[in-house]
Amino acid sequence: MKVLVPVKRVIDYNVKVRVKADGSGVDLANVKMSMNPFDEIAVEQAIRMKEAGQADEVVAVSIGVKQSQETLRTALAMGADRAILIVATDDVHNDIEPLAVAKLLKAVCDEEQPGVVLCGKQAIDNDMNATGQMLAALTGWAQATFASDIQLDGDSAVVTREVDGGLQTIKVKMPAIISVDLRLNEPRYASLPNIMKAKKKPLDEKTPEEYGVDVSPRLQIVSTGEPDQRKAGVIVGSVDELVAKLKEAGALA
Amino acid sequence: MNFGLNDEQSMIVDTVRTFVEREIYPHEDAVERTGHVPEDLAQDIKQKTRDLGFYACNFPEEVGGGGLGHVDFALVERELGRASMALTHFFGRPQNILMACEGEQRDRYLLPAVRGERMDALAMTEPGAGSDVRGMSCSAQRDGGDWVVKGAKHFISGADHADFVIVFVATGEDQTPRGPKKRITTFLVDRGTPGFTIREGYASVSHRGYKNMILDFDNCRLPDAQVLGEVDQGFAVMNEWLYATRITVAAMAVGRARRVFDMGLAYAAEREQFGQPIGKFQGVSFQLADMVTEIDAADWLTLASAWRLDQGLPANREIASAKLYATEMLARVTDATLQIYGGMGLMNDLPIARFWRDARVERIWDGTSEIQRHIIGRELLRPLGA
Repeated sequence: MKVLVPVKRVIDYNVKVRVKADGSGVDLANVKMSMNPFDEIAVEQAIRMKEAGQADEVVAVSIGVKQSQETLRTALAMGADRAILIVATDDVHNDIEPLAVAKLLKAVCDEEQPGVVLCGKQAIDNDMNATGQMLAALTGWAQATFASDIQLDGDSAVVTREVDGGLQTIKVKMPAIISVDLRLNEPRYASLPNIMKAKKKPLDEKTPEEYGVDVSPRLQIVSTGEPDQRKAGVIVGSVDELVAKLKEAGALA
Repeated sequence: MNFGLNDEQSMIVDTVRTFVEREIYPHEDAVERTGHVPEDLAQDIKQKTRDLGFYACNFPEEVGGGGLGHVDFALVERELGRASMALTHFFGRPQNILMACEGEQRDRYLLPAVRGERMDALAMTEPGAGSDVRGMSCSAQRDGGDWVVKGAKHFISGADHADFVIVFVATGEDQTPRGPKKRITTFLVDRGTPGFTIREGYASVSHRGYKNMILDFDNCRLPDAQVLGEVDQGFAVMNEWLYATRITVAAMAVGRARRVFDMGLAYAAEREQFGQPIGKFQGVSFQLADMVTEIDAADWLTLASAWRLDQGLPANREIASAKLYATEMLARVTDATLQIYGGMGLMNDLPIARFWRDARVERIWDGTSEIQRHIIGRELLRPLGA
């Protein structure tokens, strides 16, 4: 079985994000970029499937700027077998929308015929949480989102999902799209031998035109702003005082 | 000219940086408080380093090492330098000098050291022989085909965890026109060898938990098989293999300076006095400007000296410049950051005071600033006949 893992190059989770002065987005010039942490979990899961003999090939795919190559090299250094880079823009501030990404991934799925697509539940840059679901719709394959546990069982997968109020276990037929959540696993570090091997692993470069997909934006970003500053809190001395304060703030009737 | 890191180098830096942030930083305070690294933590760091394939990354692949060149290794050391030395000691980088092992010495010392099964330490300094290494009084006499070692070594880092120690000992004296000159031989001495004891050294203000030990040799008998390299050729062994270790000190100083600087920068942007962030005062922002300029300079000086070694070019002068400048830069950067933090910087509640204390030893060990200046001056003047 082949596992396809889409990975996205995003602003590093440690970086303090700055909104551009003109409100058109977040400043990405000279900022450290890394693999989306949820995608790292997906790569880790795919490698574990391979190590357990459940998968025989792990293919990482990234859609975006040419520099996403670094993100793919990281996936290869973690243990993916080969990579596909679809260069869809040359502007780091141009975030390719989920629908365009999903259409490109659908085309890659047609070509590669993976047994499962493991993707991060969302990218930490725009938090859309849409690509996996759109890909499931386009391919007509089963979907299981927010996975915190995945067990393969013949031609199905038993997936535990983190939902509001608890855990839900579902069984989906493969091929399936599984989007992974934070608690699924702890991704490994790239080992030195794998870092050295990564360069020799194949990385194909493609364009959206080759797949016949139009990636021009359909959404318009009206403005981007800083979140409201958190106001200072008060330390209350008793439960009564807490209740009084909550009433005062209109949080309690 | 290319000043960027290649893909492999970026990933090496990322991996080691993430490793120290996740696996080392959380334990630093405890080590600082107790002056001690618990054995299970030491073993855990060692095992994780082995799993990562980074253990002995400074050794060639033929002997099971990571096969990194000098620049790549300097990048590893730079990232490790950010964290507590007491802990990064277990991200094992055995002494390169073990490559001088021959025959069965390879199986007894070199290969187990590279595999992380046996740890080494290097012993040169004595109470009466610091910068003047040749002034050592620890000596070995021939006795019935063996060597009998007498004397003591001190300031021996890592000897508390060492399974064996690489020791430099005087094995004779030559008469030269400039007076008597000692001949030095290098020995491999196993922990537990009769007549050899390792004991606690002094309480140092720098690098708590990274202990300096005292070695005593009381008629310690060693067979010829324990000689590393040739008899009386200790200086040759030293010059061939210990030449590059100064790059390690320089690279670690750069890494630590970056960590300290980032804290100072963040504090200058956050801390308000007189109604504005203190970074808005030129007295502070100019200090930050000087600091980052010096850190960059030391970084490039260090990497350039490592690059010269990779190219097979002479590098003695450049390595001395890097070691000298990077360690003196670290002193200035830690001091200036402490000043930005003000009184709070001196408190043990923040790591700033620790970095400031730790910085002090860097100008002393692995060749003092004075010795580095001496090397640089000599390399400049010798070709001119002076």
